[in-house]
Amino acid sequence: MSLSHHHLNTNILPTLSATIPTPFPLVFSAPIVSFLSFIFYSPLSLPSSPPIFSPFPSSLPTRKKMATAFSPSKFAAQPFPLNTTSQNNPLTIPTTASPFLGSTRKLIRLSSSSNLNIRRRSGTVVAVSDVVKENKSKSTLNLLITKEEGLELYEDMVLGRAFEDMCAQMYYRGKMFGFVHLYNGQEAISTGFIKLLKQQDSVVSTYRDHVHALSKGVSARAVMSELFGKTTGCCRGQGGSMHMFSREHNVLGGFAFIGEGIPVATGAAFTSKYKREVLKEADCDHVTLAFFGDGTCNNGQFFECLNMAALWKLPIVFVVENNLWAIGMSHLRATSDPQIYKKGPAFGMPGVHVNGMDVLKVREVAKEAIGRARRGEGPTLVECETYRFRGHSLADPDELRDPAEKAHYAARDPITALKKYLIENSLASEADLKAIDKKIDEVVEEAVEFADESPVPPRSQLLENVFADPKGFGIGPDGQYRCEDPKFTEGTAQV
Amino acid sequence: MAATFHGVGATVAALSSSSSSSSSSSPSNSFGSKILLSSPSRSFSVRKRASFTMVRSEGSMNFDLNFKGRRAQQLIANAVATKADSSPASSSSKPGHELLLFEALREGLEEEMERDPRVCVMGEDVGHYGGSYKVTKGLATKFGDLRVLDTPIAENSFTGMGIGAAMTGLRPVVEGMNMGFLLLAFNQISNNCGMLHYTSGGQFTIPIVIRGPGGVGRQLGAEHSQRLESYFQSIPGIQMVACSTPYNAKGLMKAAIRSENPVILFEHVLLYNLKERIPDEDYICNLEEAEMVRPGEHVTILTYSRMRYHVMQAAKTLVNKGYDPEVIDIRSLKPFDLYTIGNSVKKTHRVLIVEECMRTGGIGASLIAAITENFNDYLDAPIMCLSSQDVPTPYAGTLEEWTVVQPAQIVAAVEQLCQ
Repeated sequence: MSLSHHHLNTNILPTLSATIPTPFPLVFSAPIVSFLSFIFYSPLSLPSSPPIFSPFPSSLPTRKKMATAFSPSKFAAQPFPLNTTSQNNPLTIPTTASPFLGSTRKLIRLSSSSNLNIRRRSGTVVAVSDVVKENKSKSTLNLLITKEEGLELYEDMVLGRAFEDMCAQMYYRGKMFGFVHLYNGQEAISTGFIKLLKQQDSVVSTYRDHVHALSKGVSARAVMSELFGKTTGCCRGQGGSMHMFSREHNVLGGFAFIGEGIPVATGAAFTSKYKREVLKEADCDHVTLAFFGDGTCNNGQFFECLNMAALWKLPIVFVVENNLWAIGMSHLRATSDPQIYKKGPAFGMPGVHVNGMDVLKVREVAKEAIGRARRGEGPTLVECETYRFRGHSLADPDELRDPAEKAHYAARDPITALKKYLIENSLASEADLKAIDKKIDEVVEEAVEFADESPVPPRSQLLENVFADPKGFGIGPDGQYRCEDPKFTEGTAQV
Repeated sequence: MAATFHGVGATVAALSSSSSSSSSSSPSNSFGSKILLSSPSRSFSVRKRASFTMVRSEGSMNFDLNFKGRRAQQLIANAVATKADSSPASSSSKPGHELLLFEALREGLEEEMERDPRVCVMGEDVGHYGGSYKVTKGLATKFGDLRVLDTPIAENSFTGMGIGAAMTGLRPVVEGMNMGFLLLAFNQISNNCGMLHYTSGGQFTIPIVIRGPGGVGRQLGAEHSQRLESYFQSIPGIQMVACSTPYNAKGLMKAAIRSENPVILFEHVLLYNLKERIPDEDYICNLEEAEMVRPGEHVTILTYSRMRYHVMQAAKTLVNKGYDPEVIDIRSLKPFDLYTIGNSVKKTHRVLIVEECMRTGGIGASLIAAITENFNDYLDAPIMCLSSQDVPTPYAGTLEEWTVVQPAQIVAAVEQLCQ
């Protein structure tokens, strides 16, 4: 398969058409729009080579043809994209008009909205009423999800949000300590990707891993206990917030140093390929997802693993949760070319940019990327534009980020967006969703109770699990293996 | 019967034919170096001018690594003379087969790969090239490119990849082309290899083996002459072993692969061409045990890896002078086998540690602490420790010689200790 062009384009700028009913409500003020457009939009420059895949076929009214390696059949007949204005197929190319160095405060005022209007007008113009009629008549064909799927996605995102909010409460009450990094605002990525996986697929994350573990299936009780440092936690209290592991659900961590987990994910993908090709388990198509942030994309391990994964066509998807900030370092101040998805084609894999605040878009892209990996076609780099509503960690005062930026993204809350979509498309009623909200509240409350009542680890646990084979502690002066010494199992031995 | 010792570069001796070929060195001569062009660097084929006689090793191997030292060669002549009568008789009657240390490593690796299909090898040039020291020669043809994986030059990432593979069910053997390169993988070795079993609450095991040649070689320069055992020894959750003879090389390789713990196996660049007769049957060497090389009464000499041979050479001199040293090859660098060591200390009451590690924070330093803590009452004299100088290994031959511990120093130390 020729790997000469791997541009994937994704429109991350939401539509401005407030009058036309769209699946996701998008509220802007012009400066914020220009901020985004500045980063992600280039009006005229198009890639010279066509992109390799798009979830929407070339029937979209776009400026260029798109070669599609994959087109979901249910969209093939659809003459209008779901998001009705021109720029809104998820795969147009955003490119920066010029490099920008500096804080985002300056960014917002810099780009002119007139540029934006010109771009907007270059697409198809339709009458509002026509579009509304089209949408309604095609509503059954247009929908990306069924009711069950929609409710599942909603529940997962609400669980993530409620859990993280509870974490913050518990932290300030002194129930958990250390570094706790919350995922508020980014739920669409975790839900969008992980809900497509099977149990045997693996997930590797960073320190912002509570919600990844929850989405993958680890129970809220186990995660909360782990955060409280109790022995019933998923890692027996030995890991903590930044080291969530689950053998049963194939959550391979939880890593404190950024970039550290990416090689581990590559190894898990290698095992999948090995099982298929060497051990001849022909149906082994396990996929690994590696989640990491924008700061990690400047780290050597990222690039080294992109190379290896593409070289050996490993079944892995690299998911970049680009929330624009690495603690207090703006992505734009740290990166020579801020468009991370472009780094995929440099290594011979497709690079996709998707709106990470929109769970349905993320899910569509995820389906394709995971499908590629399962079929043995190799890795994909997916950059999800997202935002964390809270600071980097609970210890971060979060003074550096512009309130206008925060407000902009707060308005694009993925949970609110999905809720609106479900209700507007008659997939669920308010009552259904409220019931889910209530259920999740109970789950989280119960998790806290469980964690509170669980015992703290006993002293005997101190020396357990250091070695898988405790003979690794060696032979003591008396000739016996140290692990056989009773003081050892009590945790009072000196090693 | 004296077997020819091909010189330290014998792994590529097959490729480099004559001693004058130093300028037209084949690319293989640049193994261990990151420079892929074959520059007319000093090649190992030059060394072929001096051929050394070798004695069958039963813990008493003698050879001289410094062909410049004539006095040293005389010592060897003595050693040969004493063993010459026994060798012809023993070679035919003893069972087992003879091979070189790198072949023993390969045999161990191959047997384990046949035994368990989950064992795989990853590293730079391990596949088609056969390994820069030929430890994995022929394995790629036999087992395929995925089981013997040629990786790009990305130590941190492929070590991490090995750890991820180990977590998900495979048993990888990661080769560092030179142990020094594993400094680039320190992040993965310390954070993931050592810690993941613990931080995951015991859910994931990491049965990985990380191996590679280290130690001071023949004028390889500072960066290729590093001894990483001192840097890794603090990492909780890993085991470290050092092999020194073909017998324990194969045994430790097999034990390390079979172990559920992450094991770092330290080999030495200058020991790859040791020849020994090893048993035909399947055997492993216990990862946590030390090896009694030469029982004695007067002083305990603790050593490992290449220094074992310097110690044994010094032992010949000491025996001639009337001392009776007990030589123990500690083999297990982490954890220490305090039982064997302790029994020896209780017998001799004097300890000398001879190591190639740096003086500061080395294995010797830890060993002194451990012995003092546990056996202080049994010591008649303070523990002496001979280590390499705390200098980056110089290139010049004479300077390099003075960086590491030489047999003469060992003899002097024992004499001082036994006063």
